[in-house]
Amino acid sequence: MNVSGLIHFFLFPGLLFAVPAGWFYVWGERKAVARMQRRIGPPLLQPFYDFVKLLGKRTPSRHGIEADLLRLWPALSVLSMIGAIAMLPVFPSGRGFSGDAVLLVALLELPSICFILAGFTSGSIYGEIGAIREAVLSVANNLVFLLSIVTIAVTERTFRLSDMAGGSWNPGHWIGVFGILLCIPAKLRLNPFSTSSAEQEIYSGPLTEYAGAALAMWELAHGLEWVALTGFVATLVVPASGPWWFHALFFVVASFAQVMLLSTIAAATARFTLQRAIRFYWRWAAVLAVLVVCSTIYMRYRW
Amino acid sequence: MNLIKRLMHRCRRKSPFLFHLNTGSCNGCDIELVTCLSPRYDVEQLGIHLEGSPRHADILCITGPVTRNTLEAVKTVYSQVCEPKAVVALGSCPASCNVFAGSPVIAGPLSKHIPVDVYVPGCPPHPDAMIEGIARAAQILASRGVSARAKGEPQR
Repeated sequence: MNVSGLIHFFLFPGLLFAVPAGWFYVWGERKAVARMQRRIGPPLLQPFYDFVKLLGKRTPSRHGIEADLLRLWPALSVLSMIGAIAMLPVFPSGRGFSGDAVLLVALLELPSICFILAGFTSGSIYGEIGAIREAVLSVANNLVFLLSIVTIAVTERTFRLSDMAGGSWNPGHWIGVFGILLCIPAKLRLNPFSTSSAEQEIYSGPLTEYAGAALAMWELAHGLEWVALTGFVATLVVPASGPWWFHALFFVVASFAQVMLLSTIAAATARFTLQRAIRFYWRWAAVLAVLVVCSTIYMRYRW
Repeated sequence: MNLIKRLMHRCRRKSPFLFHLNTGSCNGCDIELVTCLSPRYDVEQLGIHLEGSPRHADILCITGPVTRNTLEAVKTVYSQVCEPKAVVALGSCPASCNVFAGSPVIAGPLSKHIPVDVYVPGCPPHPDAMIEGIARAAQILASRGVSARAKGEPQR
């Protein structure tokens, strides 16, 4: 691994940037929802306070393979998210981890799979119901998510992330970005797709049995998911030319703009039932996505 | 080391997660507790968050006079909240059984079964009083965590 790869992993946009940014985005979402409900909302450092406090809780002792697995899932989520963030081509011309979109999709999907497995491992009935809901929702939104990425890949004729990045003027590229934006609320478990951790029905879903440091890791993974998903869209729309500081600034500003957009949607909508959520993705979004992929492939071979 | 202790004290005080348990309350105190989350009182600015699972909680808010049917649930939920923890008794019922005192189906008051840190009397208490009680419980929680560490208590 070269030096720039290490910088991407540990400094920017990796560990040193992503962890505070994740807390900041989580705070931004909570604050924006509070302001829209005419409340004052939490202080800026609230996610940090929550994280440190959870680290200091004494957790019940568990033994055996189940205990190890329950600790493994949040750790795996955090690691995969930092890997995904380090792969993002924030600087279109620069060399970071040179990976392609398939690896990024796999890393982005890991937290969701860990979330499902955590629900089943915990043995709690609420955890299992939450895990089933998350699994079904993940199948529903991933169809659209993958088709959107395929649309961008076919338009740009590559699966390399650094070549896909940058806003080109091709309409296929922008429809793909729109499709990814449609999937982000479900991937972040925000309203109206928050059915897998619906507090009023199944307590905390798969995280019901979690406490202390392991729960803190889940909170961290959730913050990093915000950074990774909004950052992925930001790298797809960033202008290709410009100095490095402009790209870094654009990455942060575009991500935060998406946080505000997503929290507005979350505050303005109620929770969909599972069937409605699937119907949304499979009936409307998927039909649109298939049409776009077909037309993009047709256009590519005609030219 | 001192710095870490002070940071932990501050974080515990600033982020109390609540778990609300109804032990046969008439629902008056429950409605007033939920009012605290509304725009008018907005407890989220103190970092207070109502949690769905007792495992996530720091402060156990108990309403109601503890009926015989709910006694086991109270003990179970109390043991499920991880240390350091605090208990707030909301309303007159958990403090004194209120008008239900002497009834054969009441196992209260609450302090007979689990240690209570803060009482918020009233029937129902005003949301302002509830917020003050929870804020005081957060203070107790923070100092309790630090002193338990200093004594070198074994991890459970």
